[in-house]
Amino acid sequence: MGTATQPTANGVPGGRKPEPIRNGYGHGLLKAGQADESIVALDADLAGSTRSQWFGDEFPDRFYQMGISEQDMMVTAAGLASAGKHPFASTFAIFSERGFEQVRNSIARPNLNVKVIGSHGGVITGQDGSSAQCIEDVAIYRSLPNMVVLCPSDCIEAEAATIALANHEGPAYMRTTRHKVPIYHDDPEDFTIGKGEILREGEDITLAATGAMTSRAMEAAEKLEQDGVSALVANFPSIKPIDRDLVEILSRRTGAIVTCEDHNVIGGLGSAVAEVLVETRPCRMARVGVQDHFGRSGTPDELYEAFGLTPRHVAAAAGELLERPVPA
Amino acid sequence: MASASSLQHESEVTYENLTEMARRVRVDVLKMTHLAGSGHPGGSFSMTELLVMLYSKYMNVDPEAPREAERDRFILSKGHTCPGQYAILADMGFFEREELWNLRRFDSFLQGHSDIKVPGCDMSTGSLGQGLSFANGIAMAAKLDGSDYHTWCMMGDGEQQEGQVWEAAMTASHQKLDNLTAIVDYNKVQIDGFVNDVKGIEPLAGKWRSFGWHVIEIDGHDFSAIESAYDEALETTGKPTLILAHTVKGKGVSFMENKAEFHGRALNDEEMTQALTELGEEVA
Repeated sequence: MGTATQPTANGVPGGRKPEPIRNGYGHGLLKAGQADESIVALDADLAGSTRSQWFGDEFPDRFYQMGISEQDMMVTAAGLASAGKHPFASTFAIFSERGFEQVRNSIARPNLNVKVIGSHGGVITGQDGSSAQCIEDVAIYRSLPNMVVLCPSDCIEAEAATIALANHEGPAYMRTTRHKVPIYHDDPEDFTIGKGEILREGEDITLAATGAMTSRAMEAAEKLEQDGVSALVANFPSIKPIDRDLVEILSRRTGAIVTCEDHNVIGGLGSAVAEVLVETRPCRMARVGVQDHFGRSGTPDELYEAFGLTPRHVAAAAGELLERPVPA
Repeated sequence: MASASSLQHESEVTYENLTEMARRVRVDVLKMTHLAGSGHPGGSFSMTELLVMLYSKYMNVDPEAPREAERDRFILSKGHTCPGQYAILADMGFFEREELWNLRRFDSFLQGHSDIKVPGCDMSTGSLGQGLSFANGIAMAAKLDGSDYHTWCMMGDGEQQEGQVWEAAMTASHQKLDNLTAIVDYNKVQIDGFVNDVKGIEPLAGKWRSFGWHVIEIDGHDFSAIESAYDEALETTGKPTLILAHTVKGKGVSFMENKAEFHGRALNDEEMTQALTELGEEVA
């Protein structure tokens, strides 16, 4: 389980300023590259945005600028892996999907040691509009055998996740985001693939969140506390494998779970949690997320407001769920 | 530059021997696909001489150590024609010949399309247009490591319609991958008919030249021409080489030649008798 710092009164721990989750990838890849010279990086003309350029600046010989050709990038990475390299291939989450069948057939199927990093995940990507706002990446990558799928919640956790991926043998996908989000972690080396964590204790209900929505869930828990509801916040940076034990514990302890994700409610964290619940210890559940529609241009705050992803919306979903009768 | 290799063939590379090996491969391909009741003989036949020469004289590989790090690589991008490759790998001793008769069966590792789990296969293919990117990745790793092994990639002609091929073509020339040679088995036929009717790919040599490749155009069934082309590819520096090999789909069996029908179907009993007779095989 990762190390969580206790939030301060304003919900942001340690006085550390919010930072884009993608920065954690940049820091982590650089560190991993310093420790292991088999690590190489590829990017498809978005190296500055994904932060792979930080690795490229230090290790130009081990950095491949592939141009705007994601399909080629994915399979080139697979070839590098087959010859003993450990490639990290990054682009926007949405454009990684341009090479989805390549990831499926040339990376996941032969179980090659390639890490695919999709930055700019979710509608939080904002003003670029719906073509750049990836809302289905977790769902599709999760459906591939052999693939690990990670969605870290802040810059520090993303750094730790990147280092964990560098120590993991096999294919994986990790989503990062463009905009700044509050930081709830303090140890950039503490990450276990397949583990979730309790970020805030509570008794009445669980807010189970991932990625940029974890900080929203933390804020929602504070709102709920003001209304006399004790909300537990669990962070799930590993969507696949999902922490089945933790999901079952949360069900037993609180009996109600609201999942929170900046992703279509079909196929992402909400689905992964629901799958575990029905096979272990079912409980009342609600899914906060993008309700099966595409995004549009706007600021992240405007979009979260419009699509029901603010702390207020999460708190409201929790309130409604608690009023829903327990099934017989 | 790759050295001549392949333990059991090294000392006996004569065109006569290669011709006999090609005949044997074609017979094996027919038997394998006939027993399986499916498979892709047409495109296996068009590339037979190209592969026989490659494995007999050029590929530095060891059946006893199929994953050796410094080995030459061969990527069969047109993975559906794996029967042709499997037959050669078995002939060289990468696995038991008897396994050939289990092609496409549930309990065999000989998958319906080329698979990385098969000893001697360097990539799992079957989805067209991806092999060259994979070969590029290997060649880039070799450059990074200062290794001098060579990577070969066999593509189909219909496959040239895949956009990713041209992404990879740009990558290879941009990265100056002179440790990579790609071959197009230009047999002019794809599943739905003649390539030029389905969606024409000409001028193909001009396309590859304009993408920064050294292009050699040959008769892909002429051992002498193949040998010269492979030598020239290995001597070329500063850019990757593309060998545009004009071939005949179904080459070697009269009724199979130039027929899209035999892209993806096995022969029936009657056809087998005629085909094996034409190939000089005794028919029981």
